[in-house]
Amino acid sequence: MEEELFVSGRNLPHIDPNLELWGFPIAFYLFLGGLAAGILLFASTAVILEKEDKFPATARWAPLVVPLLLTVGLFALIVDLHHPLYSWQLYTTIRLESPMSWGAWVLLIVTPISYLWAFADLRILFPKLDWKFKVLYQIEDLVRKYRKVIAWILIPLCIILGIYTGILLSAFNARPLWNSAILGPLFLISGLSTAAAAIILLAKSHSESSLFSKIDIILIIIEIGLVIHLIMGYYSGTEMQVEAANILINGELSIMFFVFFILLGLIVPLVMEVFELLGTKIPVYIPAILVLIGGLIFRILMVEAGQLSRILY
Amino acid sequence: MRYVMVIDTNKCVGCSDCVVACQVENHVPMGYCRDWVVETVNGTYPSVSFEFRSERCNHCDNAPCVRTCPTGASHIIEGGIVLVTPEECIGCGACIESCPYDARYPHPEEGHVDKCTFCNHRLEKGELPACVSVCPTKCMYFGDLDDANSDVSKLLATRQHKVLAPEAGTKPRVYYLI
Repeated sequence: MEEELFVSGRNLPHIDPNLELWGFPIAFYLFLGGLAAGILLFASTAVILEKEDKFPATARWAPLVVPLLLTVGLFALIVDLHHPLYSWQLYTTIRLESPMSWGAWVLLIVTPISYLWAFADLRILFPKLDWKFKVLYQIEDLVRKYRKVIAWILIPLCIILGIYTGILLSAFNARPLWNSAILGPLFLISGLSTAAAAIILLAKSHSESSLFSKIDIILIIIEIGLVIHLIMGYYSGTEMQVEAANILINGELSIMFFVFFILLGLIVPLVMEVFELLGTKIPVYIPAILVLIGGLIFRILMVEAGQLSRILY
Repeated sequence: MRYVMVIDTNKCVGCSDCVVACQVENHVPMGYCRDWVVETVNGTYPSVSFEFRSERCNHCDNAPCVRTCPTGASHIIEGGIVLVTPEECIGCGACIESCPYDARYPHPEEGHVDKCTFCNHRLEKGELPACVSVCPTKCMYFGDLDDANSDVSKLLATRQHKVLAPEAGTKPRVYYLI
Protein backbone atom coordinates (compact mmCIF):
# COMPACT_ATOMS: atom_id res chain seq x y z
CA MET A 1 0.00 0.00 0.00
CA GLU A 2 1.27 3.43 -0.86
CA GLU A 3 1.60 5.80 2.03
CA GLU A 4 2.11 9.52 2.14
CA LEU A 5 3.67 11.52 4.89
CA PHE A 6 2.98 15.21 4.77
CA VAL A 7 4.82 17.76 6.85
CA SER A 8 4.03 21.43 6.61
CA GLY A 9 6.23 24.19 7.88
CA ARG A 10 3.50 26.76 7.93
CA ASN A 11 1.57 28.45 10.69
CA LEU A 12 -1.84 29.87 9.89
CA PRO A 13 -4.05 29.84 12.97
CA HIS A 14 -7.76 29.59 11.99
CA ILE A 15 -6.71 27.23 9.19
CA ASP A 16 -4.20 24.68 10.50
CA PRO A 17 -4.79 21.83 11.10
CA ASN A 18 -8.49 22.44 10.35
CA LEU A 19 -10.22 25.56 9.20
CA GLU A 20 -11.78 27.28 12.22
CA LEU A 21 -13.07 30.46 10.72
CA TRP A 22 -16.82 30.18 11.02
CA GLY A 23 -18.36 29.15 14.27
CA PHE A 24 -21.70 29.23 16.05
CA PRO A 25 -22.77 32.76 14.95
CA ILE A 26 -22.79 31.71 11.27
CA ALA A 27 -24.76 28.52 11.98
CA PHE A 28 -27.16 30.47 14.18
CA TYR A 29 -27.64 33.07 11.47
CA LEU A 30 -28.32 30.37 8.84
CA PHE A 31 -30.92 28.94 11.20
CA LEU A 32 -32.60 32.29 11.92
CA GLY A 33 -32.54 33.28 8.23
CA GLY A 34 -34.17 30.02 7.15
CA LEU A 35 -36.75 30.26 9.94
CA ALA A 36 -37.61 33.88 9.08
CA ALA A 37 -37.85 33.09 5.36
CA GLY A 38 -40.15 30.15 6.12
CA ILE A 39 -42.45 32.16 8.40
CA LEU A 40 -42.80 34.99 5.89
CA LEU A 41 -43.42 32.50 3.09
CA PHE A 42 -46.29 30.91 5.04
CA ALA A 43 -47.61 34.33 6.08
CA SER A 44 -47.55 35.61 2.49
CA THR A 45 -49.35 32.52 1.28
CA ALA A 46 -52.03 32.98 3.95
CA VAL A 47 -52.51 36.62 2.91
CA ILE A 48 -52.72 35.77 -0.79
CA LEU A 49 -55.32 33.10 -0.02
CA GLU A 50 -57.14 35.63 2.23
CA LYS A 51 -56.95 33.37 5.29
CA GLU A 52 -55.47 35.89 7.74
CA ASP A 53 -58.40 35.65 10.13
CA LYS A 54 -58.63 31.89 9.95
CA PHE A 55 -54.89 31.44 10.56
CA PRO A 56 -53.86 34.32 12.83
CA ALA A 57 -50.69 32.60 14.10
CA THR A 58 -49.47 32.17 10.53
CA ALA A 59 -50.36 35.58 9.16
CA ARG A 60 -49.98 37.81 12.20
CA TRP A 61 -48.35 36.31 15.32
CA ALA A 62 -45.42 34.48 13.73
CA PRO A 63 -44.41 37.43 11.49
CA LEU A 64 -44.21 39.49 14.68
CA VAL A 65 -41.12 37.47 15.62
CA VAL A 66 -39.47 37.79 12.21
CA PRO A 67 -37.95 41.28 12.62
CA LEU A 68 -36.36 40.03 15.84
CA LEU A 69 -35.03 36.88 14.15
CA LEU A 70 -33.56 38.84 11.25
CA THR A 71 -32.06 41.51 13.48
CA VAL A 72 -30.43 38.98 15.79
CA GLY A 73 -29.28 37.04 12.71
CA LEU A 74 -27.71 40.11 11.14
CA PHE A 75 -26.07 40.95 14.46
CA ALA A 76 -24.61 37.41 14.59
CA LEU A 77 -23.30 37.87 11.04
CA ILE A 78 -21.63 41.17 11.85
CA VAL A 79 -20.12 39.73 15.04
CA ASP A 80 -18.46 37.10 12.90
CA LEU A 81 -16.88 39.57 10.47
CA HIS A 82 -13.20 40.32 10.98
CA HIS A 83 -13.56 43.80 9.51
CA PRO A 84 -17.08 44.74 10.67
CA LEU A 85 -16.72 48.50 10.28
CA TYR A 86 -16.45 47.97 6.53
CA SER A 87 -19.64 45.90 6.23
CA TRP A 88 -21.31 48.74 4.28
CA GLN A 89 -19.01 47.73 1.42
CA LEU A 90 -21.50 44.92 0.75
CA TYR A 91 -23.86 47.55 -0.60
CA THR A 92 -21.47 49.29 -2.95
CA THR A 93 -21.65 46.50 -5.50
CA ILE A 94 -23.85 43.69 -6.79
CA ARG A 95 -21.83 40.54 -7.31
CA LEU A 96 -24.03 38.06 -9.14
CA GLU A 97 -21.49 35.24 -8.76
CA SER A 98 -21.29 35.60 -4.98
CA PRO A 99 -24.17 34.08 -2.97
CA MET A 100 -23.16 36.21 -0.01
CA SER A 101 -23.80 39.32 -2.08
CA TRP A 102 -27.24 37.99 -3.04
CA GLY A 103 -27.98 37.30 0.60
CA ALA A 104 -26.86 40.75 1.72
CA TRP A 105 -29.12 42.46 -0.83
CA VAL A 106 -32.12 40.22 -0.16
CA LEU A 107 -31.76 40.84 3.58
CA LEU A 108 -31.60 44.57 2.93
CA ILE A 109 -35.03 44.34 1.29
CA VAL A 110 -36.67 41.65 3.44
CA THR A 111 -35.69 43.06 6.86
CA PRO A 112 -37.49 46.44 6.50
CA ILE A 113 -40.49 44.71 4.89
CA SER A 114 -40.66 42.36 7.89
CA TYR A 115 -40.70 45.36 10.23
CA LEU A 116 -43.51 47.01 8.23
CA TRP A 117 -45.48 43.77 8.10
CA ALA A 118 -45.25 43.26 11.87
CA PHE A 119 -45.96 46.94 12.55
CA ALA A 120 -49.17 46.97 10.48
CA ASP A 121 -50.58 44.09 12.52
CA LEU A 122 -49.70 45.41 15.96
CA ARG A 123 -52.99 47.27 16.48
CA ILE A 124 -54.99 44.26 15.29
CA LEU A 125 -53.23 42.03 17.82
CA PHE A 126 -53.14 44.62 20.60
CA PRO A 127 -56.21 46.85 20.06
CA LYS A 128 -55.35 49.14 22.98
CA LEU A 129 -52.23 50.44 21.24
CA ASP A 130 -52.34 54.04 20.17
CA TRP A 131 -49.80 55.62 17.83
CA LYS A 132 -49.04 59.15 18.86
CA PHE A 133 -48.15 60.30 15.38
CA LYS A 134 -50.39 60.57 12.36
CA VAL A 135 -47.66 59.40 10.02
CA LEU A 136 -47.60 56.02 11.77
CA TYR A 137 -51.29 55.55 11.05
CA GLN A 138 -50.62 56.48 7.43
CA ILE A 139 -47.84 53.88 7.16
CA GLU A 140 -50.13 51.31 8.77
CA ASP A 141 -52.92 52.05 6.29
CA LEU A 142 -50.53 51.89 3.37
CA VAL A 143 -49.11 48.49 4.41
CA ARG A 144 -52.58 47.07 5.05
CA LYS A 145 -53.83 48.39 1.69
CA TYR A 146 -50.95 46.87 -0.27
CA ARG A 147 -50.58 43.76 1.89
CA LYS A 148 -51.22 41.40 -1.02
CA VAL A 149 -48.71 43.15 -3.26
CA ILE A 150 -46.13 42.90 -0.48
CA ALA A 151 -46.98 39.22 -0.05
CA TRP A 152 -46.37 38.58 -3.76
CA ILE A 153 -43.03 40.39 -3.55
CA LEU A 154 -42.05 38.49 -0.40
CA ILE A 155 -42.62 35.02 -1.87
CA PRO A 156 -39.72 35.04 -4.38
CA LEU A 157 -37.52 36.99 -1.94
CA CYS A 158 -38.11 34.46 0.85
CA ILE A 159 -37.45 31.54 -1.48
CA ILE A 160 -34.13 33.17 -2.42
CA LEU A 161 -33.37 33.84 1.27
CA GLY A 162 -34.16 30.24 2.24
CA ILE A 163 -32.16 28.70 -0.60
CA TYR A 164 -29.28 31.12 -0.21
CA THR A 165 -28.53 29.91 3.31
CA GLY A 166 -27.58 26.57 1.71
CA ILE A 167 -26.12 27.83 -1.55
CA LEU A 168 -23.88 30.11 0.49
CA LEU A 169 -22.02 27.02 1.70
CA SER A 170 -22.13 25.05 -1.54
CA ALA A 171 -20.45 27.87 -3.46
CA PHE A 172 -17.17 27.35 -1.61
CA ASN A 173 -15.52 24.76 -3.78
CA ALA A 174 -12.61 24.12 -1.42
CA ARG A 175 -14.81 22.27 1.11
CA PRO A 176 -15.99 18.96 -0.39
CA LEU A 177 -18.76 18.50 2.19
CA TRP A 178 -20.39 21.69 1.01
CA ASN A 179 -20.04 20.96 -2.70
CA SER A 180 -23.53 19.67 -3.18
CA ALA A 181 -26.29 21.41 -5.08
CA ILE A 182 -28.79 19.66 -2.78
CA LEU A 183 -27.80 21.99 0.07
CA GLY A 184 -29.90 24.84 -1.36
CA PRO A 185 -33.24 22.97 -1.48
CA LEU A 186 -32.37 21.10 1.74
CA PHE A 187 -31.84 24.33 3.69
CA LEU A 188 -35.02 25.80 2.20
CA ILE A 189 -37.11 22.77 3.19
CA SER A 190 -35.48 22.62 6.62
CA GLY A 191 -36.20 26.35 7.10
CA LEU A 192 -39.84 25.84 6.10
CA SER A 193 -40.09 22.91 8.51
CA THR A 194 -38.73 24.98 11.41
CA ALA A 195 -41.15 27.78 10.44
CA ALA A 196 -44.08 25.34 10.51
CA ALA A 197 -42.90 24.22 13.95
CA ALA A 198 -42.76 27.83 15.15
CA ILE A 199 -46.31 28.42 13.88
CA ILE A 200 -47.49 25.27 15.70
CA LEU A 201 -46.02 26.72 18.92
CA LEU A 202 -47.86 30.02 18.40
CA ALA A 203 -51.17 28.63 17.12
CA LYS A 204 -54.12 28.94 19.47
CA SER A 205 -56.74 27.06 17.44
CA HIS A 206 -56.55 23.32 16.92
CA SER A 207 -57.40 23.65 13.22
CA GLU A 208 -54.35 25.85 12.62
CA SER A 209 -51.92 23.71 14.59
CA SER A 210 -53.15 20.49 13.00
CA LEU A 211 -52.86 22.00 9.50
CA PHE A 212 -49.26 22.93 10.23
CA SER A 213 -48.60 19.52 11.77
CA LYS A 214 -49.67 18.04 8.42
CA ILE A 215 -47.50 20.51 6.51
CA ASP A 216 -44.57 19.74 8.82
CA ILE A 217 -45.01 15.99 8.30
CA ILE A 218 -44.74 16.48 4.53
CA LEU A 219 -41.74 18.79 4.92
CA ILE A 220 -39.91 16.40 7.26
CA ILE A 221 -40.45 13.53 4.83
CA ILE A 222 -39.06 15.65 1.97
CA GLU A 223 -36.16 16.69 4.21
CA ILE A 224 -35.31 13.07 5.06
CA GLY A 225 -35.35 12.30 1.33
CA LEU A 226 -33.03 15.20 0.59
CA VAL A 227 -30.63 14.18 3.38
CA ILE A 228 -30.46 10.65 1.93
CA HIS A 229 -29.84 12.22 -1.47
CA LEU A 230 -27.09 14.39 -0.03
CA ILE A 231 -25.29 11.42 1.54
CA MET A 232 -25.71 9.29 -1.61
CA GLY A 233 -24.23 12.15 -3.62
CA TYR A 234 -21.10 12.15 -1.48
CA TYR A 235 -20.61 8.42 -1.70
CA SER A 236 -20.91 8.47 -5.49
CA GLY A 237 -18.38 11.30 -5.62
CA THR A 238 -14.63 11.48 -5.38
CA GLU A 239 -12.44 10.26 -2.52
CA MET A 240 -12.53 13.76 -1.05
CA GLN A 241 -16.31 13.68 -0.87
CA VAL A 242 -16.37 10.17 0.57
CA GLU A 243 -13.97 11.32 3.30
CA ALA A 244 -16.08 14.41 3.86
CA ALA A 245 -19.26 12.32 4.23
CA ASN A 246 -17.47 10.07 6.70
CA ILE A 247 -17.06 13.01 9.07
CA LEU A 248 -20.85 12.87 9.50
CA ILE A 249 -21.51 9.17 8.96
CA ASN A 250 -18.57 7.44 10.51
CA GLY A 251 -16.44 10.03 12.23
CA GLU A 252 -16.20 12.58 14.97
CA LEU A 253 -19.59 14.19 14.34
CA SER A 254 -21.61 11.06 13.61
CA ILE A 255 -23.29 10.82 17.03
CA MET A 256 -24.46 14.39 16.73
CA PHE A 257 -25.61 13.73 13.16
CA PHE A 258 -27.52 10.49 13.77
CA VAL A 259 -28.81 10.99 17.32
CA PHE A 260 -29.46 14.71 17.56
CA PHE A 261 -30.31 15.56 13.96
CA ILE A 262 -31.69 12.45 12.21
CA LEU A 263 -33.34 10.81 15.22
CA LEU A 264 -34.37 13.63 17.58
CA GLY A 265 -34.64 16.34 14.92
CA LEU A 266 -36.47 14.45 12.18
CA ILE A 267 -37.71 10.94 12.94
CA VAL A 268 -39.01 11.39 16.51
CA PRO A 269 -40.98 14.60 15.73
CA LEU A 270 -42.29 12.99 12.52
CA VAL A 271 -43.58 9.95 14.42
CA MET A 272 -45.03 12.14 17.19
CA GLU A 273 -46.82 14.41 14.73
CA VAL A 274 -48.28 11.43 12.87
CA PHE A 275 -49.52 9.85 16.14
CA GLU A 276 -50.91 13.18 17.28
CA LEU A 277 -52.91 13.48 14.06
CA LEU A 278 -54.18 9.93 14.49
CA GLY A 279 -55.61 10.94 17.86
CA THR A 280 -52.96 10.01 20.42
CA LYS A 281 -52.68 12.63 23.14
CA ILE A 282 -49.26 14.19 22.55
CA PRO A 283 -48.60 17.83 23.40
CA VAL A 284 -47.90 19.40 19.96
CA TYR A 285 -45.19 21.63 21.31
CA ILE A 286 -42.83 18.68 21.95
CA PRO A 287 -42.30 17.73 18.26
CA ALA A 288 -42.29 21.43 17.33
CA ILE A 289 -39.46 22.19 19.77
CA LEU A 290 -37.56 19.11 18.60
CA VAL A 291 -37.83 20.28 14.96
CA LEU A 292 -36.54 23.73 15.89
CA ILE A 293 -33.58 22.35 17.86
CA GLY A 294 -32.90 19.80 15.09
CA GLY A 295 -32.82 22.59 12.51
CA LEU A 296 -30.24 24.50 14.52
CA ILE A 297 -28.13 21.38 15.15
CA PHE A 298 -28.22 20.56 11.42
CA ARG A 299 -26.74 23.95 10.59
CA ILE A 300 -24.10 23.75 13.32
CA LEU A 301 -23.14 20.32 11.96
CA MET A 302 -22.91 21.44 8.34
CA VAL A 303 -20.84 24.54 9.16
CA GLU A 304 -18.49 22.58 11.41
CA ALA A 305 -18.15 19.43 9.28
CA GLY A 306 -17.70 21.44 6.09
CA GLN A 307 -14.68 23.17 7.56
CA LEU A 308 -13.20 19.83 8.64
CA SER A 309 -13.39 18.57 5.05
CA ARG A 310 -10.79 19.61 2.53
CA ILE A 311 -9.41 19.02 -0.93
CA LEU A 312 -6.61 16.46 -0.76
CA TYR A 313 -3.47 17.09 -2.75
CA MET B 1 0.87 39.33 -19.85
CA ARG B 2 0.51 36.40 -17.44
CA TYR B 3 2.75 36.24 -14.41
CA VAL B 4 3.53 32.72 -13.23
CA MET B 5 5.89 31.16 -10.74
CA VAL B 6 7.83 27.99 -11.49
CA ILE B 7 9.45 26.08 -8.62
CA ASP B 8 11.92 23.27 -9.16
CA THR B 9 11.17 20.68 -6.48
CA ASN B 10 14.40 18.88 -7.35
CA LYS B 11 16.47 21.90 -6.38
CA CYS B 12 14.50 22.99 -3.32
CA VAL B 13 16.14 22.00 -0.02
CA GLY B 14 13.32 23.22 2.21
CA CYS B 15 15.37 25.92 3.96
CA SER B 16 12.35 28.26 4.36
CA ASP B 17 14.33 31.32 3.28
CA CYS B 18 11.40 32.21 1.01
CA VAL B 19 9.08 32.20 4.03
CA VAL B 20 11.26 34.50 6.10
CA ALA B 21 11.95 36.83 3.17
CA CYS B 22 8.21 37.20 2.59
CA GLN B 23 7.48 37.82 6.26
CA VAL B 24 10.10 40.57 6.39
CA GLU B 25 9.26 42.14 3.03
CA ASN B 26 5.51 42.21 3.55
CA HIS B 27 5.40 42.87 7.31
CA VAL B 28 3.45 39.63 7.78
CA PRO B 29 1.97 39.55 11.32
CA MET B 30 3.85 37.50 13.86
CA GLY B 31 3.08 33.79 13.66
CA TYR B 32 1.51 34.01 10.21
CA CYS B 33 2.89 33.35 6.75
CA ARG B 34 1.94 34.04 3.15
CA ASP B 35 4.14 31.24 1.85
CA TRP B 36 5.25 28.03 3.50
CA VAL B 37 7.23 24.88 2.79
CA VAL B 38 5.73 21.41 2.78
CA GLU B 39 7.62 18.17 2.79
CA THR B 40 6.01 15.03 1.42
CA VAL B 41 7.25 11.48 1.52
CA ASN B 42 5.44 9.05 -0.79
CA GLY B 43 5.48 5.29 -1.06
CA THR B 44 6.56 2.46 1.23
CA TYR B 45 10.12 1.80 2.30
CA PRO B 46 12.42 1.11 0.49
CA SER B 47 10.82 2.65 -2.60
CA VAL B 48 10.00 6.12 -1.37
CA SER B 49 10.03 9.46 -3.12
CA PHE B 50 10.44 12.73 -1.43
CA GLU B 51 9.54 16.31 -2.27
CA PHE B 52 9.96 19.82 -0.89
CA ARG B 53 7.50 22.42 -2.09
CA SER B 54 7.37 26.12 -1.37
CA GLU B 55 3.65 26.90 -1.50
CA ARG B 56 1.64 30.13 -1.64
CA CYS B 57 -1.42 31.65 -3.29
CA ASN B 58 -1.64 30.16 -6.79
CA HIS B 59 -3.05 33.32 -8.38
CA CYS B 60 -5.55 31.09 -10.16
CA ASP B 61 -7.01 32.01 -13.54
CA ASN B 62 -10.36 30.72 -12.32
CA ALA B 63 -10.05 32.05 -8.80
CA PRO B 64 -12.86 30.87 -6.50
CA CYS B 65 -11.93 33.54 -3.95
CA VAL B 66 -12.66 36.28 -6.48
CA ARG B 67 -15.91 34.59 -7.51
CA THR B 68 -17.32 34.29 -3.99
CA CYS B 69 -16.16 37.67 -2.64
CA PRO B 70 -19.35 39.64 -1.88
CA THR B 71 -17.79 43.10 -2.16
CA GLY B 72 -15.30 42.74 -5.00
CA ALA B 73 -12.38 43.28 -2.59
CA SER B 74 -10.71 40.17 -4.04
CA HIS B 75 -9.89 40.99 -7.63
CA ILE B 76 -7.50 40.15 -10.45
CA ILE B 77 -5.20 42.80 -11.87
CA GLU B 78 -3.19 43.05 -15.08
CA GLY B 79 -0.81 40.13 -15.22
CA GLY B 80 -3.30 37.83 -13.51
CA ILE B 81 -2.30 38.65 -9.93
CA VAL B 82 -5.07 38.10 -7.37
CA LEU B 83 -5.16 40.90 -4.80
CA VAL B 84 -7.32 41.99 -1.85
CA THR B 85 -8.22 45.67 -1.38
CA PRO B 86 -8.16 46.07 2.44
CA GLU B 87 -10.61 49.00 2.40
CA GLU B 88 -13.21 46.92 0.55
CA CYS B 89 -12.74 43.71 2.54
CA ILE B 90 -15.29 43.09 5.30
CA GLY B 91 -13.44 40.04 6.65
CA CYS B 92 -16.36 37.68 6.06
CA GLY B 93 -14.11 34.76 5.18
CA ALA B 94 -15.93 33.67 2.00
CA CYS B 95 -12.61 33.67 0.11
CA ILE B 96 -10.87 31.71 2.87
CA GLU B 97 -13.59 29.06 2.75
CA SER B 98 -13.28 28.98 -1.07
CA CYS B 99 -9.52 28.55 -1.38
CA PRO B 100 -8.45 24.93 -1.99
CA TYR B 101 -4.88 25.89 -1.05
CA ASP B 102 -5.81 27.58 2.24
CA ALA B 103 -3.57 30.45 1.18
CA ARG B 104 -5.52 33.20 2.93
CA TYR B 105 -5.97 34.24 6.54
CA PRO B 106 -7.74 37.08 8.33
CA HIS B 107 -5.16 39.68 9.35
CA PRO B 108 -5.14 39.40 13.17
CA GLU B 109 -4.74 43.15 13.76
CA GLU B 110 -6.28 44.81 10.75
CA GLY B 111 -9.21 42.44 10.12
CA HIS B 112 -9.06 42.27 6.34
CA VAL B 113 -8.01 39.11 4.54
CA ASP B 114 -4.33 38.85 3.67
CA LYS B 115 -2.34 36.69 1.26
CA CYS B 116 0.56 36.52 -1.20
CA THR B 117 0.57 39.37 -3.73
CA PHE B 118 3.41 37.99 -5.89
CA CYS B 119 5.14 41.06 -4.34
CA ASN B 120 3.26 43.33 -6.73
CA HIS B 121 4.94 46.38 -5.17
CA ARG B 122 8.35 44.97 -6.14
CA LEU B 123 7.24 43.97 -9.64
CA GLU B 124 6.22 47.58 -10.27
CA LYS B 125 9.85 48.57 -9.58
CA GLY B 126 11.13 45.85 -11.90
CA GLU B 127 12.24 43.60 -9.03
CA LEU B 128 11.46 39.93 -8.46
CA PRO B 129 9.17 38.74 -5.63
CA ALA B 130 11.05 38.61 -2.32
CA CYS B 131 10.84 34.81 -2.05
CA VAL B 132 12.30 34.32 -5.53
CA SER B 133 15.05 36.86 -4.98
CA VAL B 134 16.47 35.21 -1.86
CA CYS B 135 16.26 31.52 -2.79
CA PRO B 136 19.80 30.15 -2.12
CA THR B 137 19.39 27.22 -4.52
CA LYS B 138 17.70 29.40 -7.17
CA CYS B 139 14.91 26.87 -7.45
CA MET B 140 12.24 29.54 -7.99
CA TYR B 141 11.56 31.30 -11.26
CA PHE B 142 9.15 34.11 -11.94
CA GLY B 143 8.09 35.67 -15.22
CA ASP B 144 5.59 36.20 -18.00
CA LEU B 145 4.12 33.03 -19.49
CA ASP B 146 2.89 34.97 -22.53
CA ASP B 147 6.51 35.77 -23.44
CA ALA B 148 7.87 32.66 -25.18
CA ASN B 149 11.46 33.69 -24.41
CA SER B 150 11.01 34.04 -20.64
CA ASP B 151 12.67 31.56 -18.29
CA VAL B 152 9.32 30.31 -17.07
CA SER B 153 8.01 29.65 -20.59
CA LYS B 154 11.17 27.76 -21.55
CA LEU B 155 11.13 25.67 -18.36
CA LEU B 156 7.49 24.74 -18.74
CA ALA B 157 8.06 23.89 -22.41
CA THR B 158 10.93 21.52 -21.65
CA ARG B 159 10.48 20.18 -18.13
CA GLN B 160 7.86 17.89 -16.67
CA HIS B 161 5.67 19.84 -14.28
CA LYS B 162 2.51 19.77 -12.19
CA VAL B 163 0.14 22.14 -10.44
CA LEU B 164 -1.57 21.60 -7.09
CA ALA B 165 -5.13 20.28 -6.92
CA PRO B 166 -5.90 20.61 -10.66
CA GLU B 167 -9.19 18.81 -9.95
CA ALA B 168 -10.42 21.91 -8.13
CA GLY B 169 -10.69 23.56 -11.55
CA THR B 170 -8.95 26.70 -10.41
CA LYS B 171 -6.26 26.81 -13.14
CA PRO B 172 -3.44 27.61 -10.70
CA ARG B 173 -0.42 29.62 -11.86
CA VAL B 174 2.29 28.28 -9.58
CA TYR B 175 3.97 25.36 -11.34
CA TYR B 176 6.17 22.69 -9.80
CA LEU B 177 8.92 21.04 -11.86
CA ILE B 178 9.12 17.37 -10.98
